[in-house]
Amino acid sequence: MPFLKKFLLVTMVILVVFSVCTSVFASSDVVEPVKKAANVSWWVWPLSLFVLTFVLGIVAVLGGVGGGVLFVPIVGGFFPFHLDFVRGSGLLVALAGALAAGPGLLKKGMADLRLALPVGLIASACAVVGAMIGLALPTNVVQISLGVTILGIVIIIIMAKKSEFPEVKEADALSTALRITGVYHEVSTGQQINWKIHRTLKGFLLFIVIGVMAGMFGLGAGWANVPTLNLLMGAPLKVAVSSSKFLLSITDTSAAWIYINNGAVLPMIVVPSIIGIMLGSMVGVKILAKTKPSAVRYVVITMLLFAGLRALLKGLNVWK
Amino acid sequence: MGKEVHATEEQLRYATILDIGMKVGMLMLIVSFALYLTGILQPQVPVDELPKLWGLSVHKYLEVKGLHGGWSWLHLLNKGDFLNFTGIVFLGAVTIMCFLAIIPMLFRKKDIAYGIIAMTEVIVLILAASGLLKTGGH
Repeated sequence: MPFLKKFLLVTMVILVVFSVCTSVFASSDVVEPVKKAANVSWWVWPLSLFVLTFVLGIVAVLGGVGGGVLFVPIVGGFFPFHLDFVRGSGLLVALAGALAAGPGLLKKGMADLRLALPVGLIASACAVVGAMIGLALPTNVVQISLGVTILGIVIIIIMAKKSEFPEVKEADALSTALRITGVYHEVSTGQQINWKIHRTLKGFLLFIVIGVMAGMFGLGAGWANVPTLNLLMGAPLKVAVSSSKFLLSITDTSAAWIYINNGAVLPMIVVPSIIGIMLGSMVGVKILAKTKPSAVRYVVITMLLFAGLRALLKGLNVWK
Repeated sequence: MGKEVHATEEQLRYATILDIGMKVGMLMLIVSFALYLTGILQPQVPVDELPKLWGLSVHKYLEVKGLHGGWSWLHLLNKGDFLNFTGIVFLGAVTIMCFLAIIPMLFRKKDIAYGIIAMTEVIVLILAASGLLKTGGH
């Protein structure tokens, strides 16, 4: 079973990278993790980061999640970098992925500019606020909040249903006024799908929270964008997923600028991560075309659960 | 039936600029990182010092190295590490360029609401990019 082999291979690589990272911190209670990590040659970390983000790029594509949501808790939990730099890098990783995917999705009409622009404005303005809050709060508070958020995301991933074509009987007044409606070509059936949305105001209000969280934790926000656009506002799943991906290029840009201007961007962390995750995503797309990736969802859930617990316990000083 | 594309004129313009901007930005990032990694351009912060620094909070890191936030990196473009900011900042500016390109199209089509949304988005992004929004230390 080729898929099972690939699944096991990916899991093994993840475990190896995790164990390499954790073993650096494991041997002594006296020496602080940062000082201990400082004894390792500098090049080990960007190289490990490149390998890890390459794997994360594959897993993210197969698991249907963004790179940022995996990057921040895992790198923040198992690498010696301060959470400030990890969040700055996480935003740039998510931004690079969104910038790369955006043009194709827009040209094919899968991502919709009229849907993304108003929510993008709300989310990006709030992401600025979130980024400023995140950089001003004590690290352990952010770490604990991050852990709780990641565990919440795990619950969302497990519980949230998806609706291919949600039933929207009537477009509401706000979406009608803004003319948020569209048509896309469904390749699998050859049909032209006409779509419209409802509960627009509620959706807009939810993007205030999504924006703040995206900026505060540097997570990207696909995990929240998609259920909001699809289940709440009634956009077809493909339009919701594509518009969410494009939307990240707007939301993460504003938050990324705050991290850049506050000095929370180290090229030695950012660049290997961006290159690694983009190469991994390319490989992931090729594997996706040949395999059924449903089992990878459980790998993603396990990784997030582990990383979320790590962030929470690290913030509580239980697991340093 | 052939595949039809249902994207507006401004959506296609946005996509084209995003595509070019992303490719240029990534190229800048890769080239500048290669110059940094190979040591062709000496970094401001030596690479072997990084493991002692990247575990510090950003406020402490800036204090220890005597660095400043905002656009101060522009004065250090001859340094390998800070040269990377050209690519990073370019990627951060791509979305602004895309919005600036579609604003005239929206107003020409009398799509006032979206013209205003796009203009407000540019203001938000420029404000975020300006460096005026600083945070306190922790």
